[in-house]
Order: sequence, then structure tokens, then C-alpha cells
Amino acid sequence: MATTTMTMARALNEGLRRAMEENKKVLIMGEDVGKLGGVFRITDGLQKDFGEDRVIDSPLAESAIVGTAVGLAIRGYRPVCEIQFDGFVYPAFDQIVSQVAKLHKRSDGVYTMSLVIRLPFQGGIGAIEHHSESPEAYFAHTAGLRVVSCATPEDAYWMIQQSIHHDDPIIFCEPKCRYWEKGEVDTERPPRGLFDAVVRRPGRDVTVVGYGASVRTMLRAAEAAESEGLSLEVIDARSIAPLDLDTMAASLERTGRLVVVHEAPHTASIGSEIVSSLTERCFYSLRAPGLQVSGYHTPYPPSRLEEEYRPSVDRILDAVDRVMEFES
Amino acid sequence: MIGEELVQLLTPEGERVSHPEYESSLTNDQIVSYYRDMVIVRRICTESTSLQRQGQLALWAPIQGQEAAQIGAGRALEPMDFTFPTYREHGIAWCRGVPPEDMLRLFRATSNGGWDPQKYRHSVPTVVLGNQALHAVGYAMGVQRDGAEEAVMAFFGDGASSQGDVLESFVWASSYNAPIVLFCQNNQWGISTPMSIQSKIPLYHRAHGFGFPGVRVDGNDLLAVYEVSKRALDNAREGGGPTMIEAYTYRLGAHTTSDDPTRYRIDAEVEVWRHRDPIERVKALLVREGTVRASYFDEVAEEAEGIALKLREDVLAMGKPDPLTIFDNVYADVHPLIEEGRREMVELGVAGGGH
Ligand SMILES: Cc1ncc(C[n+]2csc(CCOP(=O)(O)OP(=O)(O)O)c2C)c(N)n1
Ligand SMILES: [Mg+2]
Repeated sequence: MATTTMTMARALNEGLRRAMEENKKVLIMGEDVGKLGGVFRITDGLQKDFGEDRVIDSPLAESAIVGTAVGLAIRGYRPVCEIQFDGFVYPAFDQIVSQVAKLHKRSDGVYTMSLVIRLPFQGGIGAIEHHSESPEAYFAHTAGLRVVSCATPEDAYWMIQQSIHHDDPIIFCEPKCRYWEKGEVDTERPPRGLFDAVVRRPGRDVTVVGYGASVRTMLRAAEAAESEGLSLEVIDARSIAPLDLDTMAASLERTGRLVVVHEAPHTASIGSEIVSSLTERCFYSLRAPGLQVSGYHTPYPPSRLEEEYRPSVDRILDAVDRVMEFES
Repeated sequence: MIGEELVQLLTPEGERVSHPEYESSLTNDQIVSYYRDMVIVRRICTESTSLQRQGQLALWAPIQGQEAAQIGAGRALEPMDFTFPTYREHGIAWCRGVPPEDMLRLFRATSNGGWDPQKYRHSVPTVVLGNQALHAVGYAMGVQRDGAEEAVMAFFGDGASSQGDVLESFVWASSYNAPIVLFCQNNQWGISTPMSIQSKIPLYHRAHGFGFPGVRVDGNDLLAVYEVSKRALDNAREGGGPTMIEAYTYRLGAHTTSDDPTRYRIDAEVEVWRHRDPIERVKALLVREGTVRASYFDEVAEEAEGIALKLREDVLAMGKPDPLTIFDNVYADVHPLIEEGRREMVELGVAGGGH
């Protein structure tokens, strides 16, 4: 096994590089992705090595980045679009929802929308407005799109490649506050499928599900809970749409208690989706109603207040206590 | 690079030059006073950069090099006009009377806005590139329908000029003959993206295609920016419709404090533009014409120093807002999810914390 320690940023870079080496049709396009290597340096050095035709510094227009990627995909390319920050994806929303998601259907399967839209998402970096949002539910809601998120460098390395190889359009959500955290990456073979959830920490009492940046927070909560004699099973959903409900349900059947964690507001969220789907599946095993720990129903706050807004270890433990104390 | 088409009234050496269509109307008092504005906003900018370096601001977007573009346009505005800025219009904000500490609330990450936009007739910052251009046209359509003698100025950069919103704003401004000035600061860069990727023709040429005049002005020339802006604003107020102004300038500093421009541009280019420094140019004029006493420049620098010092104090005094404020002003009327969020936060005991 060839494992290497690297940051998530590096893992994404290496994954993109490998995908580009393996397939000449893979292109990267976005604002500042070339010479600068992107504002997070995820595409660092790729333009130097693959040229300006394959790593395209685009004019400043997200609708056009995605719209032209659609045309390139029709022409047989596999574009990887970088949207600089979550909050800047909305100019491209129309192209994503009306075209990227629907052209396979509209063309009776003739077109494949083999493109990836990379979205640094979630908060935690002390940024100004529009740089910390969690728009995943907008995309999960749209048939034709798949939405995934990596939480570890190893997943980043493999999931970006799996997404590029996949024939459906994929919204690839990267937890930007974890870009600089290191982890082991096995570069020989992918640990699991792109749409599989994974148990990050086994436990008995409560199933805690989340994705992206929340995974690390859930693991911290699990450590803290352990000292209080509570055992949390932490599941990294990895795929946001579709959800790997089998893995989650298998856990919930054992624990009977569910807490879902994410940074988006809870109304019409992925958390709501997970709670309701698992309630249906595991109705007779539930020992308490599933709870969500999420952002509040407000715009993402100025970042001096972001830690009050984002799910914290305390808020997760609070929800854990509530599902533990619940008497039916 | 700078062709005949560029309106210039003051050379980089600080010499007045004539132009067939524009003549400087500024009195000596005005020039002296706008020189002061430029020195102060630059000092606000250096202070903000150092506050950021010391961990007191989340971010700062400097305007070094663009002072003439902003003070020239900002001083051409009438009090009743309305302006729609990006995140970099500190010079415009200064001219509109926005207190410096209010300009920094966004960057201190204690607010997503920072000032009362109606009070200063200067809208809140817009970070999503280009959005505000459409707001400005809509506002101008309102002015038109009210029969008011006001003009609107929208600000955007060379990068944002590629956004659909900006180009659509050109269409609407033209279709409705809106009383608006579309003011583009072409500072040659959109983060690492050079102007050449955004447009193969001079940006101001675009205006003609949309059906209204475009003017390229030397954005480092206070006198020229003022005249070009003034004429365009007067024209808008008089019902003459939109004008696009391309202020041809340069971002001497980094895109923001998070940026490292050495990765994408060469020092020699920056050096060329340093020789076109907008503040030095006016200073040279004032010296050449003996407009001010010799001590004036030191006095202005000292005044700017005092403003910077006060700004620092004000910023350091800006504590963490009460977490409950995140629920304020999300809706105009009561909303159950807001009430629920508030209740939850109070129960968690994190609220009311302050500082
Ligand atoms: C819709 C959108 N996409 C991307 C960004 C990220 N971004 C912030 S500033 C910037 C460059 C803007 O360049 P320009 O319009 O020339 O203005 P300047 O910063 O030079 O003043 C980019 C890409 C954004 N703020 N909004
Ligand atoms: Mg620019």
C-alpha cells in the first residue's frame, strides 16, 4: 500500500493531476485557476504542466464558465469547473439547474453531462459575506445532479477522480476550512465508491451523520461524549445526493437515535431529508425523533459570529443529550 | 497603451494639458481639498492593511493607485445623487461622508454592510461581482419616474465587466435612457486575471454597441476624472441618459490582503504605474503652480495621521457583536424560524456574550 501524508488541498491537486494525465479530455476552467493556481491553490502548477488549453483562466462570469463547460461536454470533453467560492455559484445557477441537470434527459440520453463543478463550501475561515455558504440543498433538490462532499484528504484524492470519471454532472463540495488539514492517502486504490457513506467512528448510542467540515466536528463531539460514557457512531455521508441510506439505516437500526449535522439552515435542508428518509426506513427502531444541528435560518453571519452559527461540539452534544433523554 | 482616446488634463509630471472636449473647471481650492481627500483615503488604506496584518481585520481591499479615480468621481457627485459600490470604493464612501470606521465594519467582520445607505446616499457594499449594476439601473429608473433631478453612479471593475449582470445593466440603462453613469475602474487586474482576458477591445468601446456613449479617462488624473464624471452626471440629470466611463488606472497593491500578486505580475509593470501615481501628480501640480504654502503637504499628512490613529482606536473598540444580532433584520416582520432560532440560542447560553 502506497500511502502518503498530505493536505486536502494537495490531495485535490494530485487527484486532478492524475485525472488529467489519464484522460486528455479532462479540462479545468475557472477564475484564477491557471497562473495563480486558484485562490486556494488547488490547481497550483497544473497550467504550467498541462498548458493553457487544458487549464483555462476564464473571464469573470460563472454562468459562462458552466455554460461553456456544457458545450465542451457535448463536444466530448470532461470539464472541471472551479467556482471560486460557494456564494458565487448563483450566477451559474440557471445553467446548472436548467441545462447541466436536464440535457441528458432532453437529448434522450445522447448527451452526457460529464462535468464536475467544484465548490469550496461551508464556513470557518473568517471570511466576509458570500465566502462561507452551504448551498448543497439547492442542487440536491434538482433531478439530474449528483452532489458529493469530501471530508478527508484520501476522499478528496479519490472522489475528485471518481467524479471526473463519472458520466453524470457532479457538484463537488469541498470543505474549505479543512483544505490545510493533513491525512493519509492511499494512492493505489480508492477506499470505496463515490456514493457510499462511511462509518468514521463506530458507536452504540447515537448515530450522528454529517458531511464535509462537520465530520471533524462530529468526531470531536464523539470524543467528548465518550468521557461522559456516551458512545456516538459517526457517519460521513460523503454523497449528499443520492444519500447512502443503507449505511445510515444499518447504524440507526442499532442505535435507535439520530442526530444530523450540517452548516446550512435546517429548513428544506439535507438534514431534513436525512431525518425524514431514515424515519421512514427505521420507524420501528427509533427510540427518539431524529434531530438536526444546523445553521440558523439567517444569512451566514459576519464571521466574528460564525462559530455561534456553525454547529459546534456543544450544540451537537446538546442534541445528543436530547435524543438520549427522550422518553416515548 | 495610453492612446489619444484617453482623456487627460494633467500629465504624470503634473503639467496641465489641453483636451479638445474637456477643460478643467476646478478651482485651486477644490484641487487643494481633493488632494487632501486622496492623501487621507490612502492613509486609511495603509492603516487598514496594517490592522489586517495585526489580525484586527479579516480582510482588506486596498485602493492604492485608484485614489484619483475615486476622489475625482466622488467629488463630481451631487449630494442627492446615489451610488452603488463594490467592496473597493473606499474613496467614494469617503466623499459620500461615510465615517472611516463604518467602512471597516465589513472587513472587521462585524457586519455585512456597515453604514446607513440612505443617510449617505451610498449603497451597501456588493461583493458578488456585478450585481449592483442592475440595482443602480433600477434605482435610476425610479429617479426617472419620480421626475427627480438626480443621477446614479454604479461602480464595477474590469473583471466584473464580463459578468452578465453588468452587460444586462447596459441593455436596460440604454433601453430606458436611465439617468446613470456606469463607472468602471479598469485597474488592469481581476485578482490574477489580466484585462486582456476580459476584453479584446478597450472597455469603453462596449458602450457604443449598447447605444450610449463611452469615455476612457486617465484614471490617475484627478482633474480629468472629475470633468468626465461631472459632464456624464449632469447629462444624466438633464435626461440625456447613460454614459459609461472607463477610468484607466492600476491597482498598485494586492487584490486583497489574502492575495500575493508576485505570483502573476511582474515588478516592472508595477514600477511603470508607480511613476503615474495619482497623488504625486496633483502634488506636482500644486508645487509647480505654487498653489499652497510649502508646509501644506506636511499638514495634510499630519491630519491623515490623526484620522488613521482615530480609525485604529475605533476599530479596536469594535467588539464582537451580540450573537443574537444575527436574527435581526432577516425579515421585516416576525417570522417563526427567527423566533425559534433566537430561543434556541438563548437556551444554549451563548447569546448576550458581547466582546
Ligand atoms: C460573482 C463573483 N465571482 C467571483 C468573485 C470573487 N472575486 C472577488 S473580486 C474578484 C476580481 C474582481 O475584479 P474586478 O472586477 O476587476 O475588480 P477589482 O477587484 O480589480 O477592483 C473576484 C474574482 C466574486 N466576488 N463574485
Ligand atoms: Mg480590476
